[in-house]
Amino acid sequence: MTSPLAIEANGLVKTFGDTRAVDGVDLEVARGVVYGVLGPNGAGKTTTIRMLATLLRPDGGSARVLGHDIVSEADDVRGLVSLTGQLASVDDDLTGRENLILLGRLLGFATKQARVRADELLVAFGLQDAAGRLVKNYSGGMRRRLDLAASIVVTPELMFLDEPTTGLDPRSRNQVWDIIRALVGLGTTVLLCTQYLDEADQLADRIAVIDSGKVIAEGTPAQLKASVGQGALHVRLLDPERRDDAARLLAGTLDAEPQLEADPAALSIRIEDAERAAEAVAELSRADLGLAGFSLSQPSLDEVFLALTGHPAEDAETDVEVAA
Amino acid sequence: MSTTQSSPAASTSPESARPSSTSQALNAALSSATRPPRPGPLSAAITFGWRGMRKIRHVPEQLLDVTITPVLFLLMFTYLFGGAVSGSTGEYLQYILPAILVQSVLFTAVYSGVALNTDMTKGVVDRFRSLPIWRPAPLVGAVLGDTARFAIAATVVVLLGLVMGFDASGGIGGVLLAMVLVVGFAFSLSWTFTTVGLLMRTPSAVMNTGFMVLFPLIFLSNAFVEPSTLPSALEAFVNANPVSHLITATRGLMGGDSSAGDIGLVLGEAAVMTAVFAPLTVRLYRGKG
Ligand SMILES: Nc1ncnc2c1ncn2[C@@H]1O[C@H](COP(=O)(O)OP(=O)(O)OP(=O)(O)O)[C@@H](O)[C@H]1O
Ligand SMILES: [Mg+2]
Repeated sequence: MTSPLAIEANGLVKTFGDTRAVDGVDLEVARGVVYGVLGPNGAGKTTTIRMLATLLRPDGGSARVLGHDIVSEADDVRGLVSLTGQLASVDDDLTGRENLILLGRLLGFATKQARVRADELLVAFGLQDAAGRLVKNYSGGMRRRLDLAASIVVTPELMFLDEPTTGLDPRSRNQVWDIIRALVGLGTTVLLCTQYLDEADQLADRIAVIDSGKVIAEGTPAQLKASVGQGALHVRLLDPERRDDAARLLAGTLDAEPQLEADPAALSIRIEDAERAAEAVAELSRADLGLAGFSLSQPSLDEVFLALTGHPAEDAETDVEVAA
Repeated sequence: MSTTQSSPAASTSPESARPSSTSQALNAALSSATRPPRPGPLSAAITFGWRGMRKIRHVPEQLLDVTITPVLFLLMFTYLFGGAVSGSTGEYLQYILPAILVQSVLFTAVYSGVALNTDMTKGVVDRFRSLPIWRPAPLVGAVLGDTARFAIAATVVVLLGLVMGFDASGGIGGVLLAMVLVVGFAFSLSWTFTTVGLLMRTPSAVMNTGFMVLFPLIFLSNAFVEPSTLPSALEAFVNANPVSHLITATRGLMGGDSSAGDIGLVLGEAAVMTAVFAPLTVRLYRGKG
């Protein structure tokens, strides 16, 4: 009965009118890992999660979550998972403490135990000072932390997280990441939807990239990034006049096509490895072109997509099932 | 593009100096959660009822329309029309107090649909639906919580009526039974509005539809005039209208001349409404998403 896989989806399909929101998604997620689902707006991430969390019935295909069929054994699935939705899944019109007590009681704690558990979680998530305030007055970061706390009133075996850090500042984002790491440390499997390559890279053991309802690539973050290179080197000069010279020099050392930026003194170039980027910067400095500043950036999701869809995509897309 | 060099905040390392007391508390909180047995259907529904009550506690102003509107109606109808319709305001009060009681509580029932419609747009519904609980619990609980509202509206009307000189020949017992009957009927009626609440796109559409249904049912009833004074087609409608039946039974209980037949008819109609619309609401709720 115990399947080695936390999630096993075959050709999941969901249509809304003419939109094929999810168009034949296959997933295999091992237990105990963080699995990233990466995709742009409208890719079908939320729809996929909602089907796996038994909130939406698939129109085609099938899936098992922790060994249970998401349609015929939906109730068993619900007993093992928890969901942190894209819209924070907390009640705005209650206080933070009431939210947690509500969930504790719904999960079967007696009132007193539910209160104890709520207070324990409020402290653990740094919300004790805001416990008695209505959630509608919480900051975005506080809401998310409460949302996560609500998801672990009882530790789930599998947790669905839909864009948990969208709209958060870097500090709140790091807090959320730490919470996710702590959860995984205790053996919970996490399915994490995100638009940020950076986030998937930080947290996920494996990543599926989805676009227009289809999985277009799957692998470890390293494999995925290898397909797009290391990112880019950005250079700014003191004198815009020298930009063309700098472009020529960079093109020579890094063997790539520099991009001129809107700023007349700035340009950028794709890099394959950091060592050569460092050499290129040294070259620029030796050539005395008047360097005002430089930085390295990681590849963005846009670049991942460009790279993935620009490549002949046969290997990624061939065996997508055309389910009813 | 996210630059890695320019902003120190972006260079995250999991082992960076973080107050370890927090992460210890976190780990303790994470590992201490043993799963209790699932709650029963009733317990889950009562918990949702508790949720509704807490919301009233946080925003008591939302009770204003439940309390002020009935007061205005009772005062207006009694003193404006009393003389014209019955010859004296005192006599008319005897006639319309049970009707105003019914009217006030039934209008409050529209709120159940409006609240559900508003709730459905919020992320928290996804969490409720992903919990291993009796699926209709959020709905049953919300409607149970709403009966508190009905009881408040009923109490306001009855107390004011007594102050204005209503003569309750049915005694305290009769008045209380009348209130229970009206609140019970409103509980059943709520299910029609929760159905509407799940069918309509916006809370205001739910409100308008609810009022559009209720206005004719209440005004084309025996609430304010004797049906025998009406044209015969209208009289037939009024006599078939369940709201008339409820008002008749309420008058009977408050006035001390209730008949088991009247009350039985109302209970039967309430049971039919619940049997049709509660399952319909639940089915629509399940299919949402
Ligand atoms: N309830 C719905 N009714 C109609 N269309 C829908 C519904 N839910 C989603 N869609 C459509 O399905 C597609 C996939 O949406 P989905 O929300 O799954 O994307 P997403 O990857 O989560 O995007 P985002 O990053 O913006 O959250 C979109 O085109 C969306 O408009
Ligand atoms: Mg989404």
